[in-house]
Amino acid sequence: MIELENVAYSYGGGELLSEVSLKLSPGSFHFLTGPSGSGKTTFLRLCYGALTPTAGHAQLFGRDVRDMTRDDVAMTRRRIGVVHQDCQFLDHLPLAENVALPLIVSGRDTLQEQTNLKDLLGWCGLSHRAKALPPELSGGERQRAALARAVIMSPDVILADEPTGNVDYEMSQRLMTLLIELNRMGKTIMIATHDLGIIRSTKSQVQARVLRIVNRRLQLAGADL
Amino acid sequence: MKALRDRFNLLMSGEGPADRVVPPTGFTASLTLFASAVMAFLAVFALALSLATGRLAHDWGAELARSATLRISAPEDQIEAQTQAALRVLETTEGVASARALGSDEQRALLAPWFGPDLPVDDLPIPQLIEIVEDAQGFDAAGLRLRLQAEVPGAVLDDHSRWRRPLVRAAERLRALGWLSILLIGGAMGAVITLAANAALAANAQVITVLRLVGARDVFIARAFVRRFTIRAFVGAGIGMIAGCLAIFALPAAQDEGGFLTGLGFQGLQWLWPLVVPPMAAVVAFWATRSAANRTLKDLA
Repeated sequence: MIELENVAYSYGGGELLSEVSLKLSPGSFHFLTGPSGSGKTTFLRLCYGALTPTAGHAQLFGRDVRDMTRDDVAMTRRRIGVVHQDCQFLDHLPLAENVALPLIVSGRDTLQEQTNLKDLLGWCGLSHRAKALPPELSGGERQRAALARAVIMSPDVILADEPTGNVDYEMSQRLMTLLIELNRMGKTIMIATHDLGIIRSTKSQVQARVLRIVNRRLQLAGADL
Repeated sequence: MKALRDRFNLLMSGEGPADRVVPPTGFTASLTLFASAVMAFLAVFALALSLATGRLAHDWGAELARSATLRISAPEDQIEAQTQAALRVLETTEGVASARALGSDEQRALLAPWFGPDLPVDDLPIPQLIEIVEDAQGFDAAGLRLRLQAEVPGAVLDDHSRWRRPLVRAAERLRALGWLSILLIGGAMGAVITLAANAALAANAQVITVLRLVGARDVFIARAFVRRFTIRAFVGAGIGMIAGCLAIFALPAAQDEGGFLTGLGFQGLQWLWPLVVPPMAAVVAFWATRSAANRTLKDLA
């Protein structure tokens, strides 16, 4: 689905990532760890085509990112749900419409998906906030809304950047349960986090692999975690 | 072909969800509306100028071209004979519908503004005038001059082209200026709308980022902006067009004495011309916003 081959990325002054190779197969569950500033977010951006590698090849669903047009990238993003660390929304639209935004931009009938949307909001504990505008939401609520928005299209891959960064323990457990549930349905999951507790508790429920970025390189972490 | 149809659908599709994803902007919206109204108002005047001067050039050209004057200056005893000879030549000239020697009353009337009504025309050695009216084809002035030179040595043909040409040329220049103004107004409007669209795109950078993230194609994002500005330009130009038409309608009607100035306006079916202004404004706005949006979007991840 997502294949990186000897990928390097530099922001002009020296390489941030180099010789990164990874193959995300369908249904896999990955954690991505590493010190802050090590390039976790850059790595995720490479995985959904927001960045083009400065060296090597990145393939999304069998197509090289370099050969993709802007429209191709847009179509690919409908199959990859992304949760950013700093979730951004359309601040003038209520939460429910923000969560349904991927449906709107892809021309899907939002009326048909109303029950789906309700269930999803209920699951994320956001039903009572459906009419609230994004600036009125708390950090945790924003995080959950971003996750709901990322999964509403039922994407093949979900990439999440510190999805539990702003939520309390109980809510982070709930979010992880949702992600594990999605993984059991066959979705590919990749979560960047530095919360080892989350990784440990998840590994007891699902076969997850832990990737670590050390010295600009991606390594498979040992079983000690 | 498909691209063209897409563009048409883009413009015509009803209130779509795409319109809602961009937050409404109150102030710039009214500025765009105002600018396109002003431009349309000016465009209506430029249009009126072009059409009026076009009409003027045509009228002057046609009226003056169809008449000419023959002046016969000769010793008093030969005038009558030469006049008859000239009339004979004119009768056999192709393209002359009629030729008539002016009577002394008429000549006196022509001279009255300069010499007063009491001028004893008969006692003065003034030349005899012959008025020539051309038919539709017109006559060959150079050929006629040659024939007259041979048969009526004292005749001078004036086909008015000497002073008709600069007038017609002036009118045609004015008309060209009018069209040029319309083009410039269209260009200025495109520039204003491009600036407004760029401002709107810059102000909504976060909206665009979010839309890209959730998989919106560029055409979807551009549509939200393009539709908005196209509609604003169309409505604004409509208001300006109506105001311009009312202003022109309120101008005093054309009079013989007023000539050019009061002739500014539309006649009959020409009143339909201003209706072209709002659609043209919409087309200009559509292209201006579209290229601005595409330029901005291309630079984003």
